[in-house]
Amino acid sequence: MKILVPVKRVVDFNVKVRVKADGTGVDIDNVKMSMNPFDEIAVEEAIRLKEAGSADEVIVVSVGVQQCQETLRTALAMGADRAILVKTDALVEPLAVAKILAKIAEEEGTNLVILGKQSIDDDCNQTGQMLAALIGRPQGTFASEVVVEDDKVTVIREVDGGLETISMSLPAIVTADLRLNEPRYASLPNIMKAKRKPLSEKMAEDYGVDLKPRHKIIAISEPVTREAGIKVADVTELVAKLKSVGAI
Amino acid sequence: MSILLYVEHDGINVNEATLKAAAAANQLAEHMGNVEIHALVAGSGTISVAEQATKIAGVAKVVHIDNAAYENPLAENLTQLVQNLMADYMVLIAAATTTAKNFLPCVAALQDVMQISDIIEVKSASSFSRPIYAGNAIQTLETSDEKLIITVRTTAFETAELSANAAITDITFAAEEATSSFISAELSESERPDLASAKIVISGGRGMGSGENFSLIERVADKLGAAIGASRAAVDAGYVPNDYQVGQTGKVVAPDLYIAVGISGAIQHLAGMKDSKIIVAINKDEDAPIFQVADFGLVADLFDILPELEKAL
Ligand SMILES: Cc1cc2nc3c(=O)[nH]c(=O)nc-3n(C[C@H](O)[C@H](O)[C@H](O)COP(=O)(O)OP(=O)(O)OC[C@H]3O[C@@H](n4cnc5c(N)ncnc54)[C@H](O)[C@@H]3O)c2cc1C
Ligand SMILES: Nc1ncnc2c1ncn2[C@@H]1O[C@H](COP(=O)(O)O)[C@@H](O)[C@H]1O
Repeated sequence: MKILVPVKRVVDFNVKVRVKADGTGVDIDNVKMSMNPFDEIAVEEAIRLKEAGSADEVIVVSVGVQQCQETLRTALAMGADRAILVKTDALVEPLAVAKILAKIAEEEGTNLVILGKQSIDDDCNQTGQMLAALIGRPQGTFASEVVVEDDKVTVIREVDGGLETISMSLPAIVTADLRLNEPRYASLPNIMKAKRKPLSEKMAEDYGVDLKPRHKIIAISEPVTREAGIKVADVTELVAKLKSVGAI
Repeated sequence: MSILLYVEHDGINVNEATLKAAAAANQLAEHMGNVEIHALVAGSGTISVAEQATKIAGVAKVVHIDNAAYENPLAENLTQLVQNLMADYMVLIAAATTTAKNFLPCVAALQDVMQISDIIEVKSASSFSRPIYAGNAIQTLETSDEKLIITVRTTAFETAELSANAAITDITFAAEEATSSFISAELSESERPDLASAKIVISGGRGMGSGENFSLIERVADKLGAAIGASRAAVDAGYVPNDYQVGQTGKVVAPDLYIAVGISGAIQHLAGMKDSKIIVAINKDEDAPIFQVADFGLVADLFDILPELEKAL
């Protein structure tokens, strides 16, 4: 079984981004970039399935600028077998990414695609679901447990009300939630080894997908910010304050 | 061409989140020249839900499908159903719940449109605002897609009234057999108000130290009639179930009063609660970032404060 894991290069989750003064975007110059945290979890899950003997090969793919290579190398250092960089300098929306992934999934004959549930930059939460619909395969989104058995995969999903378990026939799509696993750190020897693992480069145009964005960004603005309030000395003062503003 | 509002329910009642999405649908309908809003109720034995949906302000018609295939909201089944209905609609809109986030993007892909996720403002018939980067920036976009698929951040909209009197149209639809199946659900049972719509929320973080210690929070919540939430750290540590998580990737809440106990205030947590009306923070570290958004901060040990607070209320 082949597993495909799409990984996105995003602003590191520890960085508090700043909106550019001219309102055209957020300032990402000289900001630390990392693999989308959910994608690290997806990579980890794929590697564990391989280690457990359920998969033979883990392929990682990233759509974006040349520097996405670094993100792919990180995934290779974690234990993925090979990588595909789909190069473009354009801003690619989830719909276009899903279309490219559909082509790759078909070309590679992958049985399972594990994505992150959400990118922490665009917060779209849609690429995995779109891919499932485009290739007509079932999906198990927001997964906190994945069990592969023969041609079936059982997924425990984190839903608003609690947990839900579904079963799917392979090939299938899974999107990873936070509690699926704890991703490993790549060891130094593995980082060295990853430099020699195969990484092929494609151009987005190679897939014949129309990348033209459907959303025109009119403005990026600061959210309404809150002012810090006051410190109270004790519970008595806190309760009095809450009563005075009618909060309790 | 009208707007299709997906109605979320528990088999008995229309979910409160749907009423927020309905408010957004009403604003959009006005921008589009007062087009009709139709509410879709899909379920099994859901005539009472359909009847409730007839009252949602602005709804002109309830489209009801009663079929065992929709007893559980399996993405594959809902996608087929809604994809089929979309021939007659310009817009599909729903609250950004896990059910909608699960299947709306599927419909969007089949319609060849980009989903507009988590809108917080309807600017025009084709322009919307939505938070990005965990709410650290607001994006205003204009879509060029002909059909719109939209999820609504419920905290940004009022609750639509239950004042209408629409008619119910029962429909049938023969879906292809799904390649996925529902096995079971383990839903949290609670006597407390629903976290997403509660007026008061009290949340605990890693500082709580254990699941047992959450009983301190429970006792205060009982006094206040509050819902209980948590940070990711508290959920990851197994103190409380996953559906308690508030934040960028958990639930987004905006109650009248939010009390954060033993929570540091990471960006990802703030993303889920910083629109609350009044925020109280209880933390022993006076430099904790949570104090930067708190109206009332109390620098103290939570194990002293929670019992005192319970008594004082
Ligand atoms: C992709 C991604 C998504 C995420 N999504 C979310 C999300 O949706 N929601 C979320 O909450 N987090 C999320 N996180 C995690 C987030 O970054 C933080 O790690 C998390 O919010 C920290 O939880 P905490 O504040 O409980 O723990 P900590 O940061 O460890 O803070 C514990 C606090 O408790 C205080 N404390 C300890 N003991 C006491 C005591 N006795 N009395 C008083 N105070 C005490 C400490 O001073 C400290 O400030 C996400 C992270 C990533 C990478
Ligand atoms: N440009 C990209 N390259 C590779 N994977 C991506 C890209 N964009 C999105 N993804 C995948 O899709 C998931 C969901 O992204 P989104 O729909 O943008 O929230 C991410 O966690 C990634 O696994």
